[in-house]
Amino acid sequence: MSSEKIVTLALNPTLCDGRGLCRDAAPQLIDLDEWGYPLLPGGGLRAVIAPADVRAAEDATHACPVLALHMERSKAESAT
Amino acid sequence: MSRLGIQSRSSLAMHLTEHGPLPDVGRRHGSRPGPLVDEVERAGLRGRGGGWFPTAVKLRAVVDSSAQRGRLSPQRRPVVIANGMEGEPASVKDAVLLASSPHLVLDGISAAAATVGATDAFLAIHRDSPLVPALIAALDERAEAGIDDLPIRLVTPPARYVASEESALAHWVGEGLATPVYPDRPYQRGSDGRPTLVQNVETLAHLALIARRGGAWFAEVGSPSAPGTTLVTVGGCVGAPGVVEVPTGTPVGEILALCGGTTQAVRGYLTGGYGGGWVAADGFDAVAWDPDSVRVARGVFGASLLYPVGIQQCPLDEIDRVTTWMAGESAGQCGPCVFGLPSVSDDVHQLAAGSAGDEDMERLNRRLGLIVNRGGCKHPDGTARFVATGLSVFADEVALHLERRCSAGVRSHGDHATALPVPTARLALVDVGSRDFE
Repeated sequence: MSSEKIVTLALNPTLCDGRGLCRDAAPQLIDLDEWGYPLLPGGGLRAVIAPADVRAAEDATHACPVLALHMERSKAESAT
Repeated sequence: MSRLGIQSRSSLAMHLTEHGPLPDVGRRHGSRPGPLVDEVERAGLRGRGGGWFPTAVKLRAVVDSSAQRGRLSPQRRPVVIANGMEGEPASVKDAVLLASSPHLVLDGISAAAATVGATDAFLAIHRDSPLVPALIAALDERAEAGIDDLPIRLVTPPARYVASEESALAHWVGEGLATPVYPDRPYQRGSDGRPTLVQNVETLAHLALIARRGGAWFAEVGSPSAPGTTLVTVGGCVGAPGVVEVPTGTPVGEILALCGGTTQAVRGYLTGGYGGGWVAADGFDAVAWDPDSVRVARGVFGASLLYPVGIQQCPLDEIDRVTTWMAGESAGQCGPCVFGLPSVSDDVHQLAAGSAGDEDMERLNRRLGLIVNRGGCKHPDGTARFVATGLSVFADEVALHLERRCSAGVRSHGDHATALPVPTARLALVDVGSRDFE
């Protein structure tokens, strides 16, 4: 448990142009709102990504032409 | 209760007679803030711009961030910005303070600058403010008397709602762009990437009093969780709208009585500002006016603004006009704000005009959920809260409007004396060429 990494997908909304390429790259992870802007899981600007979805989150991040998405990896708190 | 002297018009000579000169508050040394920070902590001073963040924590954060930079880094010297922008159109407490006791605010800037070791200090007010000439005169008086170790410069960013936001203000002073910055950490990287202390002018006036009389004196009055006095802007249906100074925790009913009492039966209160929240009238006059008690009563303390709306006004009409204005005040950076706020405002307008149906209400509620937590600043969140709390508090009026009726009769278009004020002019946020200092 203590060696697990927490992976977070983060969106900078001031950079996002709503082109929607992230949704095309990872439709199972990202939805678009009625104005064409991405909705991350949970609806906010940062989403913790389950291990099974990390690959999709990477695809979405790489698909963004304006670098509005990035991923953060931090060590999980060891459960003692 | 008058500590800040808002009934006066103080010249420097009057100010010195009343308060005496600012004592030596000491200076920052390396990673240690000046000793005034301990007094500020003892006082329990919290920021009066709306966030009510502990001032001592902010002072220390700026010093820490500065001390972590390399000795040769050009970006290690802190900046102090006094925020007198007062972007809330319905709030006038900062303007009243700056008009009456400018030297208390300016003393506070000097004391804060010494405490964090700042090398630049600014006072920011709206460009079209009528206070500009008087503040220039006040700064000249001080320059002539040689009061401030660090000269304080007056800067006048454009009068836009989001330009008053902390990171936007630092952005403007550094780079001439009055747009909010994401992520927002001006105490680390503010103006030109330097650690930047942004404090509301009322906070700084209290700081100047704490420097003279100490933290224990400051905390003698007010609620323990947010001690001292607070200015309150009271408007709406009261006999004598204006600004009063009261100890925090004063019951809402007493504050209204100081302003001539309410002139109509009250159906709800706007609290905090246009990014604040509506609360129902029932029992609110007994609530203690401090940030924590107001939050428990489901209001927003924010910039300490209290607007009762009476039964002769249509609250949905008020919400409609303000929401339209707030939608236009977007900085234009984030999609959910740029497109979401006008969509919400269109829905609210339909509702206020009596042409909305149940499906339109469903769409409005869905959109209100879609625009929160998705912006680079809290402008969309505040606007959503303003609308959502209004729909909830005035649910009876919403139901009437869905039946094409209105308890107040005709739409007022804001032309009555008790209406929420909405500015008409709209200035550009990007303003590189016309900064008034170098």
